[in-house]
Amino acid sequence: MILQKETIFKKDLANKKINVKREFEAPVEQVWKAWTESQLLDQWWAPKPWKAHTQSMDFRDGGTWLYYMEGPEGERHYCRADYKSIIPNKSYEGLDAFCDEKGNINTGFPRMYWKVNFSKTSAGTMVETEITFDSLADLEKIVEMGFQEGFTAAHGNLDMLLAEDK
Amino acid sequence: MRRDVFQAIADPTRRAILGKLANQAMTPNALAEHFDSSRQAISKHIKILTECRLVEQQQAGREIYYYFNSKKLKEVDKWLQPFRSLWEQRFDQLDAVLNNLKNKKS
Repeated sequence: MILQKETIFKKDLANKKINVKREFEAPVEQVWKAWTESQLLDQWWAPKPWKAHTQSMDFRDGGTWLYYMEGPEGERHYCRADYKSIIPNKSYEGLDAFCDEKGNINTGFPRMYWKVNFSKTSAGTMVETEITFDSLADLEKIVEMGFQEGFTAAHGNLDMLLAEDK
Repeated sequence: MRRDVFQAIADPTRRAILGKLANQAMTPNALAEHFDSSRQAISKHIKILTECRLVEQQQAGREIYYYFNSKKLKEVDKWLQPFRSLWEQRFDQLDAVLNNLKNKKS
């Protein structure tokens, strides 16, 4: 079975929605863990050179993940995700926000709504993420912020991964 | 402004207009015939589309033809590229995490 590790994007700008789809070569239970346990999330959530650090994690309906992204210059951006509609190994929903270190939401920044769905495939697990925005202006702001913070600058870690495989 | 492009394509009638013009360039009259909305409403939509340059106009003899400027729409894709890269990078990292989990188990 050849698994295509290609991220598929579908944008539905009219409905302020972006779908991101990707298959992973691991059983659903493991992929679910990687998305819902903070110690694992910390290892992949922030694109290098940024690093995610969990402050607190309460993964249950109505619970919150509070974490910060640490940049290469040591700068910190605090974020939180509020969880709901959790069906273990199947799906959950989340609402993202920028906040301060105590988790107080910064209302000056746009929020994103998430629906993450996990399903078994012959080679592993398919993860489908639906991201919804309040407005297209919000989406634009989020993309621009990500861009400024150099989220996309480093592709070096990909090479590192390939080296690890050898 | 980029935002205008997004606002322009957020409207279903304007998307339908772009769909028609993507097939062929049309005069304002020919275009309006395809829609139930008043001619005035259509020309308002056209105005928004030309302002953000999704639609361009060209004079041919006495007639004005509107045509779809696909280059402008490609800018939307370009603009989404950072978002795309962010997710691709994230998922490559997730691959490594999953790989570690697997190795620990075996």
